[in-house]
Amino acid sequence: MIGYAIRRMLQSVVVLVGVTLIVFVLEHLVPGNLARAILGQRASPGEIAAFDRANGLGQPLVVQYIVFLGHVAEGNLGRSYRLNQSVDSLVAHELPNDLVLVGTALLLALCVAIPLGVAQAARRNTAFDHAATGVSFLLYSIPSYCLGLLLIAGLSIAAHVFPPEAPQAPSAAGVLGDPRALVLPVLTLTLVNVALFSRYMRSSAIATLAEDYVRVARAKGAGGWNLIRRHVLRNSLAAVVTLVGLSLPALLTSGLVIEYLFNFPGTGLTYFTAAVNSDYPVMLGITVLVGFTTVIGNLFADLSYAMLDPRVRYD
Amino acid sequence: MTDAGAGGTTRRAAATGEATGYSSRHPAEELALPAAPSRHSVAAAFTRHRLGVAGLGLVVAIALFSYVGPLLYHANELSVNILATNAAPGAGRPLGTDANGFDILGRLMLGGQASLELGLAVALAATTLGSLWGAISGMAGGLLDAAMMRLVDMLISVPAIFVLIFLATVLRPTIWVLIVALSLMSWPAAARLVRGETLSLRAREFVEAARVSGGSRPHNIFRHILPNAFDTILVNATFQAADAIIVLAALSFLGFGLPPPAVSWGGMLSQGSAYLLDGYWWEVYPVLALLVLTVLAFNFVGEGLRDSLDVRLRGE
Repeated sequence: MIGYAIRRMLQSVVVLVGVTLIVFVLEHLVPGNLARAILGQRASPGEIAAFDRANGLGQPLVVQYIVFLGHVAEGNLGRSYRLNQSVDSLVAHELPNDLVLVGTALLLALCVAIPLGVAQAARRNTAFDHAATGVSFLLYSIPSYCLGLLLIAGLSIAAHVFPPEAPQAPSAAGVLGDPRALVLPVLTLTLVNVALFSRYMRSSAIATLAEDYVRVARAKGAGGWNLIRRHVLRNSLAAVVTLVGLSLPALLTSGLVIEYLFNFPGTGLTYFTAAVNSDYPVMLGITVLVGFTTVIGNLFADLSYAMLDPRVRYD
Repeated sequence: MTDAGAGGTTRRAAATGEATGYSSRHPAEELALPAAPSRHSVAAAFTRHRLGVAGLGLVVAIALFSYVGPLLYHANELSVNILATNAAPGAGRPLGTDANGFDILGRLMLGGQASLELGLAVALAATTLGSLWGAISGMAGGLLDAAMMRLVDMLISVPAIFVLIFLATVLRPTIWVLIVALSLMSWPAAARLVRGETLSLRAREFVEAARVSGGSRPHNIFRHILPNAFDTILVNATFQAADAIIVLAALSFLGFGLPPPAVSWGGMLSQGSAYLLDGYWWEVYPVLALLVLTVLAFNFVGEGLRDSLDVRLRGE
């Protein structure tokens, strides 16, 4: 187990370095050169030379990459030319908001999806199961922004229940202080994930229900809720941990689109604004951050899976 | 679903309980492969799968609508008509016009062409590249396998939409740029899936026999691994198509898709949603419905194929 954990962590370090390499390649895809892109068409050759010197752009690519890697390791994600602010301070300001949105949605989705999936497995092929499968299949095929638009049309324009815009407070406390405005973005992101998680939970619980130990427990007279709770739920939960790790990229993607749709003050919206303004350092810095979140999330998922499921042996 | 993500395929594989690359590290999840059913019985099983048939029918209907539709229904989608902006459905314009006076029905057809072309091209390219990569990696084992899979991990870790938006600010997106970029971001999911299959196939006697009797690695991959992993690959391709269509729509919705005069469903949705408050329903709901139907159709086909190819499920 310790050996596996160390090996898995080393793998993650390799992947983290790989993510920075991808971002470095993207940075150098900017046509012409970065100085032109940032200083504009009317910059003089002298200004461009000064910019290149200040940013070390005259050095060989390998040296530039090592410098870049050093900056990332220090937590320095670059500097926004538009906002004249470091990307890490920009993001540090918004990350708590993202945590409120994504964290609440993830938690709610798990709270709904796990019991739903297990109930579907326990009542497999009944009308209830088919109905739940149908709904989750539909939810699963609606892109998140379409779902968000439908919710706005229904709950905000037709029936004035919730405002169509996310809380506009600058801090996470302020965002939490406006729960009514938080409902639609959180609900959209939750529904998206309920569809995914409940489907997975259903097939995982069906597999667990077919295990010998469940049959033994049944033969000994355990049944109903007790059997589900002690033998099925516990054993299927380990699989959900992996799923949460695997679904992180999708979750962050939905987050970006939903933040745009509801004008939610988070890193996704900042990424969008940076893209509109061609503010490359902000885009690249956030991309590094998103990649790191996924890698570290997956590492945690794999390690907890190994701890939760004693049958898994890694050599 | 729901989102735009090329991470989506991983998600979907996980959701349907299929083996992803991770399963190779979770031996408990590895299942013995059933004997491959004959193509004839697969076709028979698929035609009995009502959802699968409905999905296939829908895909065909959407393709006809997008490609044959414009031959029968002529609409000017190139010049702006400011005398007929945001016009409600009526005579001569069954679904009304948008804010530029373009005919919505005609635009739905053109947007369908872009969606289908991108979806199918990405599915084909990403699945081909991913399958080869996964099979080679799984058969090679050792250091090469580890190196190849780390590259897969890297690409999966960066959600496609972030890279695609960045590329759109740097290059002028054309359908080919989008196809290449999205394929490059989507193949790792297929690679993980096929590597998992390869690892379990490699341990089977017939592959073992082919190896000891001197079959070269390319021979084994093309003769034994890929044909036997074909079911998984095919099902994955349909889901990849659905995901690619969602990503294209998300990209256009955010304003980083194909520039005008190209028409995309996401762009129509983005423009129309600005008028949601004015009650111009024809600018939002038809395109929304068509987008969801298309994604649903590809997902149905994938489900149908998965169920009819999988003999373990067919008895039910």
